[in-house]
Amino acid sequence: MPAPALWRARPYLRPYRWHLVTMAVTSVVAVVTAIAVPSMVRRVVDGPIARGDAAAVLPMAGAVLVLGLFEAFAAFVRRRLQVPTAAGFEQTLRDDLYAHLQRLPPSFHDAWQSGQLLSRAMADLAVMRRFASFGLVMAVVNLTTFAVVIALLARLDAPLALLVATSLVPLGVLTSRFRKRYRAVARQVQDRQGDLTTVVEESAAGIRVVKAFGRSRVVAATFDHGARRLRASSLDAARTQAAYWPLIDLVPNVALAAVLLVGGLAVGHGTLTLGELVAFISLVLMLVWPVESLGRILADGQEASSAARRVFEVLDTPPAIADRPGAVALGAVAGHLRLSGVGFRFPGSDSWALRGVDLEVRPGETLALVGGAGAGKTALLELIPRLHDVTEGAVTLDGHDVRDLTLASLRRHVGVAFDDPLLFSASVRENLLLGSPDAGDDELAQALAIAQAGFVYDLPWGLDTRVGEQGLSLSGGQRQRLALARAVVGRPALLVLDDPLSSLDIHTEALVEEALAAVLAGTTAVVAVHRRSTLALADRIAFLEQGRVLAVGTHAELVGAEPAYRRWLGQPAPPADPAAVGAATR
Amino acid sequence: MTAPVSADWRGVAAESVEGAPGGLTGFLRARSRRLLGALLRPHRRALLVLGAVSVLQNVAAMSGPYLVKVGIDRGIPAVQRGDGAGPLVAVVAVFLAAAGAEALLTAVFVRRSAVVGQAVLLDLRTRLFGHFQALSISFHEDYTSGRVISRLTSDVEALGDLLNEGVAQLVFAVLSVVTTAVLLLLLDVPIALVALLSFPALVALTLWFRRQAEKAYRAGRVAVAQVIVQFVESMAGIRVVQAFRREDRNQEIFEEVNARYRDANAWSGRLAAAFGPGTRAIGGVTFAVVLAFGAWRVVGGAVTVGVLAASLLYVRRFFEPMQDLVQFLNSFQSATAALEKLSGVLEEEPAVPAPDAPEAPPAGPCDVRFRHVSFAYRPGRPVLHDLDLVIPAGQTVAVVGATGAGKSTVARLLARFYDPAEGEITLGGVDVRDLTDDDLRRVVGMVTQENFLFTGSVADNIALGRPGASRAEIEDAARAIGAHAQFAALPQGYDSPVGKRGGRLSAGQRQLVAFARAFLAGPRVLILDEATSSLDVPSERLVQQALATLLAERTAVIIAHRLSTVEIAHRVLVVDGGRIVEDGPPQALLRDGGRYADLHRAWAEGLA
Repeated sequence: MPAPALWRARPYLRPYRWHLVTMAVTSVVAVVTAIAVPSMVRRVVDGPIARGDAAAVLPMAGAVLVLGLFEAFAAFVRRRLQVPTAAGFEQTLRDDLYAHLQRLPPSFHDAWQSGQLLSRAMADLAVMRRFASFGLVMAVVNLTTFAVVIALLARLDAPLALLVATSLVPLGVLTSRFRKRYRAVARQVQDRQGDLTTVVEESAAGIRVVKAFGRSRVVAATFDHGARRLRASSLDAARTQAAYWPLIDLVPNVALAAVLLVGGLAVGHGTLTLGELVAFISLVLMLVWPVESLGRILADGQEASSAARRVFEVLDTPPAIADRPGAVALGAVAGHLRLSGVGFRFPGSDSWALRGVDLEVRPGETLALVGGAGAGKTALLELIPRLHDVTEGAVTLDGHDVRDLTLASLRRHVGVAFDDPLLFSASVRENLLLGSPDAGDDELAQALAIAQAGFVYDLPWGLDTRVGEQGLSLSGGQRQRLALARAVVGRPALLVLDDPLSSLDIHTEALVEEALAAVLAGTTAVVAVHRRSTLALADRIAFLEQGRVLAVGTHAELVGAEPAYRRWLGQPAPPADPAAVGAATR
Repeated sequence: MTAPVSADWRGVAAESVEGAPGGLTGFLRARSRRLLGALLRPHRRALLVLGAVSVLQNVAAMSGPYLVKVGIDRGIPAVQRGDGAGPLVAVVAVFLAAAGAEALLTAVFVRRSAVVGQAVLLDLRTRLFGHFQALSISFHEDYTSGRVISRLTSDVEALGDLLNEGVAQLVFAVLSVVTTAVLLLLLDVPIALVALLSFPALVALTLWFRRQAEKAYRAGRVAVAQVIVQFVESMAGIRVVQAFRREDRNQEIFEEVNARYRDANAWSGRLAAAFGPGTRAIGGVTFAVVLAFGAWRVVGGAVTVGVLAASLLYVRRFFEPMQDLVQFLNSFQSATAALEKLSGVLEEEPAVPAPDAPEAPPAGPCDVRFRHVSFAYRPGRPVLHDLDLVIPAGQTVAVVGATGAGKSTVARLLARFYDPAEGEITLGGVDVRDLTDDDLRRVVGMVTQENFLFTGSVADNIALGRPGASRAEIEDAARAIGAHAQFAALPQGYDSPVGKRGGRLSAGQRQLVAFARAFLAGPRVLILDEATSSLDVPSERLVQQALATLLAERTAVIIAHRLSTVEIAHRVLVVDGGRIVEDGPPQALLRDGGRYADLHRAWAEGLA
C-alpha cells in the first residue's frame, strides 16, 4: 500500500524494525486480551455467582485484574517503543536532509524558495514521523484483524463469509479513488504551506526594508493571500475526507445489515442456528472499527507519502558541484591561476554571464576586476572556489583544473570575502576561524590587524562576543572588516575578494589598504573593485563588460589604450564646488 | 551590563529572557488559555452545533449493536414462528437508516469542524503576522528572524494539530463520561461509589501528566526554534558555508540541536506513553474490583445479576472515551506550550507605539528638528547626547564621522525605527510620535546599505516603493537614478527574477533597485544611509547626477563614507561620540581646516 517515495524512507526505519514488530505484536495481544475479558466475566456469572460462592469470585476477579493490567502494559510497551522509533526516524532523516542541502551548490539554493526547504525539513518530516510510528503499525494491525476475522467467518459459515468478503469490492474501489484524489490535495496543502513559510521568512529577514517603506500592509496582504490559499486547500482536503470517509464507514454496516437479514432468514428456515448467527455477527462487528479507521490511516499515509516525495525531491538532487571520482587533494600551492576560454551561464538561464574569458594571474600577483554592475565580476570570482562550475572552458590552479581537485583542498587554499559580509550567530572567534579552525591567536591577531578590526577587542566579551543576527549587531563597515579578516586568516595562497572595502570610512580604508597591500605582495589575489582608490592594490587590471574581458593591463596601460576604461573611470572628480550644486538646487 | 547567560560555541551574549521561571507558570497558562478563548469565541455557536452533531453521530453509531440485538431477539423469532420476515426486514431497514444517518453526520462533522479549525488558524496566523509587522525594529533585533519563523510555522501548526484532533469531539467524550457515571449511580449506589473511587486516581494521574507535559512541551518549543534558527541561518549563508568549508561544523551544531529536539519529543512521548496506558490500568483495576464487589453483593442478595452485568458494561463505557480525552489532553498540552509563546508575542507592545490621537501630517516641504535628543541602544551606553539639530525644508545635510559615532542612529531615529530616550524629533513641526505609520512613511523615505530584495522580479522590488505603480512609473524611477539601461539589459529586463534575497543580482545592482524603490516612493524627507557604498564608479556617478535633481525639492540627510556623495550637500555635520563637533557648508569647513578638512584631504589623496 505505501507509495514508492514513502517506501524509500524505510532504511531510516531499519534500526527500529524490531521495535515495529514488537509494537504490532503487542497491539494484537492487547486486542486479544480485551476480547478475553468478557468471557471471563461470563464464567464468573455462570460459575461462582450462580452457585452463590462469594469466595470463589476472588481468584477469578484476580485473573480479570491481571488481564486488565496486562492490556495496559501491552499498550504501554507499544507506546514506549513508538517514542524512540518516531523520534529517531525523524531525527536521522532531518540530519541527512540538512547534510545534503549543505552539499547542494548555491545555484540550487538560489532557485529554491527558502520556505519550501524549511517546510520540508520541519512539517513534512513531522508528518512522515507520525505515519511511520503510528499509521504504519495501525495499518498492519488492521489488516491482520481483517484477515483473521474473515478466516474465522469462513470457518463458521462459508456463504455468509463470502457475502462479507464481497464488501471488499466497494471498499477497494472507494479507497483507491480516495487515495488518488487525496494525494493531489495533500500535495497542494504541503506546497502551499511551503509558500507561506517563504513569505514568513522573507518578511522576517527583510523587516527593515518593510518598515522603512511602511509596507507592512502590503506584506501582510501577501501573507494573508498565502494563508487563505492554504486554508482553501486544507478545506479541499477536509471535503475529500468528508466525501469518502462516511462511504467507507458505510460498507461494513451494509455488510452487517445483509448478514442480519440473510442470516436471520436462514435461522428462521433452520439452516443456521441462532448461536452461530450471534457468533458470526459479533465477529462482523469486530470489523467495523478497523474499516472505519482505514479512511484515517489512508489519509495519513497519503500525506506522509506526498511529504516523502517532497523530501526526496531534494535528497534526489545530485550535488552539481562535488568531488569527481579520482579528485586529488592539493598540497602546497604556488597560486598560479588561469582561466581559459571560460564561459558561464547560471543554471536555467540561456544567456551568458561570462563568455570567452582568458585570464592569467601569476603567483603573488594581484588582479583587479573592474566593470559596471552586472559585468560578471562576482560570477567570475565565484568560479574560483567552485561555488559555480564553468559552463565551458576551464579554471586551473597551478595547472590543475579546479574540478579535478577535492573541494575541501581547493577551498582551503582560497580565502573569500563576499560583497555581502555575512556573519553567523556565533562568537567573533568562531566567525573568523570558519576556514581555518586550527589557526592560533597570533594568526587571528594578524588577520584582525590587516583588516583594521581591532574594535573586536573592545566588544563586551572580546573575541568571545556573539555577533550575527542573534548577537551583537555591528555596523556594515565592522562586518566588512571581519569578513576581510576571515578571508586572510591562515594566509590562504589565493585570495578572492569582492569589493572588500566598500563600506569602510575613508580613514579606515586607507589603513586597510596599506595593510592589505603587504599581504597581497606575497599572495595571488583576484579582487573585484568598484572604486578608484582600491585600484592601487592591483598589479594588473582586467576590464569586464557584459561578461567579456575587454582589456587586461596596468592602470596606465588601460588608461592609455582603452577608451571604455577611461569612460568607466570618468573624469577625476572635479574639485569640490558644492556652492555651485547648492545654487543649482536651491 | 546584563549577566551572560549563555556561553558556548556561539560565544557570549546577554540572552533575552524568553519563557519564564517557574513562578510564572500559572501566568503563562492563563495567558495562553486567554488567547485560545479569544480565538474560539467567535465560533461558539458553530462549536455548539458541532458538539451536537458529534453526539448525534455517536448515538447513531451506538444504536447499531442495539438494533442488531433487537433483530435477533424479535425479528428472528418471528421468522421462526412463521410470522414472516416483516419485523426482521423492518429492523434491518432501521439499522441501515441509522448507518446512513451516521455516515451523513460524519460527513457534516468532518467538513464543519475543518471550517471552524481553518478559520481559527487563519485568524491566528493573520493576527500574529500583523503583530510581528507592527513590532518595532528593536524587538526584531532581539527576537531574530529564525524565531519569528518558528513562531509563525511550527507553533501555529501545533495549534492546528489540536484543532484536527477535534475540539468538538471532546464534548462527546466528556458527555459520555458524565452520563455513564450518572447511570452507574442510578443502578446501584455502593457499586457506583466503588467504581468512582477510580476518579481521584484519574485526577491525580492527569495532574501529574499536565505538570510534566507542560515542561516537556515547553522544552520542545524552544528546541524546535533552535533547529529552525540553525537551518535558516545556514541556508541563507550557504555561499559562506561552502567557501569556508563550514559544512562539518554546521552539521555538528545542527545534529546537536536536532538531537535536543528529538529528546524533547521523546520526553513528551514518554509521558504520553505513561498517561494513556496508565488510565487503562486504572480502568482494568476498577473493572476487577467492581466485579469482585458486585459479585459479593449479588451473592449477598443486595442486587441482581442484571445490575452487576450492566454496571460492568458501564464501567467499560466509562473508560473507553477516556482514551479520546487522553489524546486530546496530549495535543492540548502541546498546543498550550505553543500558545504560551504566541500569546507572549501578541502581548508584546511595540516599542514605538502608534499615536492614540494622531496629528495630521505636515503639508508642503518639511523641516526636520531634533530637540535635546538622547538615545542609547543599551542602558549605560549612550549613543547620542542632547542632540540639537535644525534642518530647514529643502536642505541637504551630510553627516560624516567615524564608525560608531552615531551617524546611523540619527537616521534610524528620524525614520522612527526607535524612539529617543529624551527629547523630540519633529517633521514640519509635528512630533514623529504623533504621526501614524502610514503618514510618517509617506513623508520619510530611507535607503540603506542593507538592500534586502524579496523573491520576485526587479520591477516587483522597485514597486515596493509604491504598490500599484505602473510599469512606466517603475521605469521612470529607474531612469531618474540612471539605472534604466542596466535593468533593461538584464536577460528578461525588468521582469528578471532577482533570485532568493536578490542573489542573482550583484550588490551594486541591488543597491540601484533600492534607490529606484526610494525614488518611486517619492518621500519629502529622504535619508540615505551609506546608500552608495556598493556602487561602482559609473553607477555612482549616475546616481550622483540624479541626486542633484532628486534632492532639489526635498529635505535630505545623507550619511556617507565617500565624500563624493557629501559634496552635493548644502551643509556638513561632523559627528563624534554622539555630538555634533562641526557644522557648516562644506567649503567653509574645508577653509577652516577642521576634521572635515582632514577627511577630505585623505579622500582626495585616495583618488589620486
